[in-house]
Order: sequence, then structure tokens, then C-alpha cells
Amino acid sequence: MNQQVIPFQARSGKAGKAGKGCSGCGPSEDPPPSDMPRAVWDKIQDHPCYSEEAHHYFARIHVAVAPACNIQCNYCNRKYDCANESRPGVVSERLTPEEALHKVIAVANAVPQLSVVGIAGPGDGLYDFRRIFATFRLIAQALPDLKLCLSTNGLTVSDHIDDILDLNIDHVTITINALDAEIAERLYAWVFFCTRRWTGREAARILLDRQMEGLERLTEAGVLVKVNSVLVPSINDRHLPEVNAAVKRRGAFLHNVMPLISNPAHGTRFGLTGQRGPTPMELKAVQDTLAGGARLMRHCRQCRADAVGLLGEDRGQEFTREHLPSAADALPPDPVARAAYRVLVEEERQIRRKASAGADQACHSLTAATPLLVAVCTKGGGRINQHFGHAREFQVFEADGQGVRFIGHRRADHYCQGGWGKDENLDPIITALAGIAVVLAAKVGEGPRAALARAGIRVLETHALEYIEPSVAAVFAAERNTFRVSA
Amino acid sequence: MAYKIIASQCTVCGAYEFECPNKAIAMKGEIYIIKADKCTQCEGFFDIPQCAAVCPVDGTCVPA
Repeated sequence: MNQQVIPFQARSGKAGKAGKGCSGCGPSEDPPPSDMPRAVWDKIQDHPCYSEEAHHYFARIHVAVAPACNIQCNYCNRKYDCANESRPGVVSERLTPEEALHKVIAVANAVPQLSVVGIAGPGDGLYDFRRIFATFRLIAQALPDLKLCLSTNGLTVSDHIDDILDLNIDHVTITINALDAEIAERLYAWVFFCTRRWTGREAARILLDRQMEGLERLTEAGVLVKVNSVLVPSINDRHLPEVNAAVKRRGAFLHNVMPLISNPAHGTRFGLTGQRGPTPMELKAVQDTLAGGARLMRHCRQCRADAVGLLGEDRGQEFTREHLPSAADALPPDPVARAAYRVLVEEERQIRRKASAGADQACHSLTAATPLLVAVCTKGGGRINQHFGHAREFQVFEADGQGVRFIGHRRADHYCQGGWGKDENLDPIITALAGIAVVLAAKVGEGPRAALARAGIRVLETHALEYIEPSVAAVFAAERNTFRVSA
Repeated sequence: MAYKIIASQCTVCGAYEFECPNKAIAMKGEIYIIKADKCTQCEGFFDIPQCAAVCPVDGTCVPA
């Protein structure tokens, strides 16, 4: 097995020193969390998109077999493609079902973290259903240990419940941005339904009715449904609590509020009309108003329809058509490495939970303290194990008197900024880290450390290779105690 | 009369391939083309040509 792909394999004795810590967040407590039936936990615990804990360990592949779409969203333009761009609806290569199988086998043999195969576009994951189900059928036969996952706008989902059940597609995501047609008509240009193109409020009504029907029928049939909502400032930001309550009532398992990605260069309607996306703090504010409704997903990376790897890393470029073995050289599927990896993850999870036990209590002594936002550089495994300069994203944790919670991520996107390590190139990073007090990294250069310090953000190496949550708790305790002493 | 596809604008999403009631649209190399002898502009099937109705780029599926 390739050592490099096992991010948390024992590499130093430091882990044990993580000491007192606190448990993670969302579906990551010792199994299963108190509000989750065992059967649900069994389905999600290795799914990186459905379980925050799992996303530290498990990888997914999206196969781009669904280029066609039956609606036009104002935030989507599938023509635009940049290999460095991570957002839904974007893909570099389109695959036939047979090509998709070939690719999944190659990836599964090389990436033992792989646990999920998803179809997420670049169009709709159910519109061209013949091709989509043909792909799932081939993959289920060849690699029966992988979970199947589907993402759709929901327009036709209620027509395909039987196929979804037959194929054992356990996880379906429906993108629902609104309940009211008056709001939805500002988000969609048109809907193709029953042989014609509908626009305006009529289109919105058709789509919303079909989405709700699909959601109800899926959850009644026992399929785990995640609802994605794109947060569009001034259009649906105040409406999302209603969406959250409505989808929870209909049995949605998770609600994922994602920020609108808007840029004139993408050629989307919103990009061209100057509709802006939310800032990270605006997104957090909306997510915080939803706490207590449907379980929230905060670790979404809005990945491409051909993404490969752990969330937050995209190894898609390693597995493009030209990098795949020819049909003659292709190896048969080999489940052994994946099985070994899963045993390792189980052990690692136990160790991490043990190391983390008790830190919530450490936070409890600081109930009056102001919450602290800490950004972490990690390659996976739940540890602080990445160099600041290599981070493409930061995972953000909030510590307060209740404990430590994962609350989201901030993109660094350094690869689009032509260079690294110079002060002037750090401005976008500093902007992305708005509201963050401390960054924890395995290592950091003097230049970036000084530049961030000038912006009021401290970068610490003191918790290198340790577990994230206990480290954040320790930083929180030290920070707030210092405050008290100096005050 | 038949429709045609303006290849330079086409995203090759292929929606028209399975929406076309005449099976008049097929891949030719890297692009899709409409076979003029099979295209009826959906007359007798639908009120409007399906390829144009489903196309994400306006002005790409047009009368030849």
C-alpha cells in the first residue's frame, strides 16, 4: 500500500500528547450519536459528505457521465471549465458508462480511502437516467463495497424511485434553494418539463412541487437525502430557515447551505449581472440561524462533477483519460487495500476519540469567554499535518464554553495567484481568514507568519501533527486565560 | 425543413440526443450533428423543436 495516501499513519509519538480534548462535531461522536438510529449511522459513517468525521478519512470519486440538464440555474454555466476551479457543474472530461467504470477501477486500486462513487453532473444526475443507471449498474457489479451516491435538482426524482432502490443508491442529494416560487423564479431561468420549456413563476412552481414530492418519496422509501441550498445574498438568505424547517419536516437527513460562487468570468447569469456571493462570515451567520433545524453539513467543498480524493483535495488531474491505463493494461478491481485501510481507520478513530475525550470539559471552565475561531492546515486524519504554504484550504473550528466544533472551511486558492511566500500574495489569504484569530499549521515560513501577524492573525506550529480538536481546545484555554491575566 | 447545431456554441451536453423524437441527432467525431433528412422540426410530435427547447445556450439549435 502506498504510504503517501494514508495521511494519518503513525509518524511520530506526538499524537499521544494531544492530551485532553473534546469530541468532534455533527455526526462524529462515538457511534452512533444519540439522535441517530444505528442503521443510519452504519450508512453514513464512511461517507465523507454525510459524516464530518468520515471526511477526514474517506475519499469520493464523481464520475462525469451526466452532462445534460433539464433546468437552467442562474448560477450555473457548464461551458466554463478550468482544471483548477472547484465548483459544481464544472468538468474537464465527459465519460461513457464503460469509461466511467474503467476510471473508477483505476482510482479504487490507487486510492484505498475511496468509499463513495457519486454522479453529480456536470448536468443533472437523473436527467439522462438510462446512462446514469447503466453506469451505477456496472460499478455496483465490479466494486460492490463502494457506496453509490447521486445528486440532482429533483425535477424527475419521483419518476425514478424504483431504480434508486433497486440499485441500492443510499444517498441522494437534492438542491432546493427556495420554497416560494416568487423567490425561486429569481434563481432559475427555465425548466424543461413535459416536452416544453417553462420560464418565470410557472417554471419555479413546477420545479418546487417536484422537488418536494421527490424528497418525500425518497425519505418514505428509506433513502438518506441531503438537501443542498445555494445561499444567494438578498434573494434567499432570509428564506433559508423556512427551507431548513420544510426539508427537515419531510425527512431530509442533512441540510447543506453553500455559498453562491459568482464571477463574471464564469459566464453565469449571476456572474454577469454582478450578483455577489456571501462572505464567509455571512455564510456562518445564516448557518448559525439554522442550528436546531435539520442537521447541518458544514464541511462541503462544492466539488467538481469529476472530483477525486478526500474532500478539499482534488486528485482528478491524476486520473484523466490520458493517465489511465489502456484497456489491455488495466488491472482488475482489488478490494484488499481498501479493506485493510478501513480496519486501520477503525483503529485510528478509536485512538482519536480516546485522545479527544475530556476537552469539552476543559472548555466548560471558560463559559464566559468570547468564542475563538481557529483555522487549521490539515491533509486529513484529523491532525494538524500540513505546511501553511501548501494549504489550499483551511478548516475552521470554533471554540467556546460548550466545546470545539467544526464550522466550515475557507479556501486559500493559492494556485490561482501565481506565486507564494511573498507578502503581496498573502492579501487574498488574509481576506479569506477574516474573523480568524489563530491558524494552526505543521509549519509556516517567516514571511507569511509576519504578514499574518501584522493582520492580527497568529500562526502557531506548536501543535504540529497533533489532533485538531484537543489542540484547538488548548489554544482556546491558553488564549482566554492569558486574556484574563493581562486584563 | 430541418434544424442545425451551431457547433462553436454547443456544450456537447447531449440532451437533444435523447429528447429528439426522430433520433436525428448523433455524435460525429467530437460534435453532435442533426441529420437533415430525419429532422421534422418535431412536427407531428411536439409544438416546438425539442432540441432548441432543452439547449442551455440560446441560438445554438436553429433552423438550417
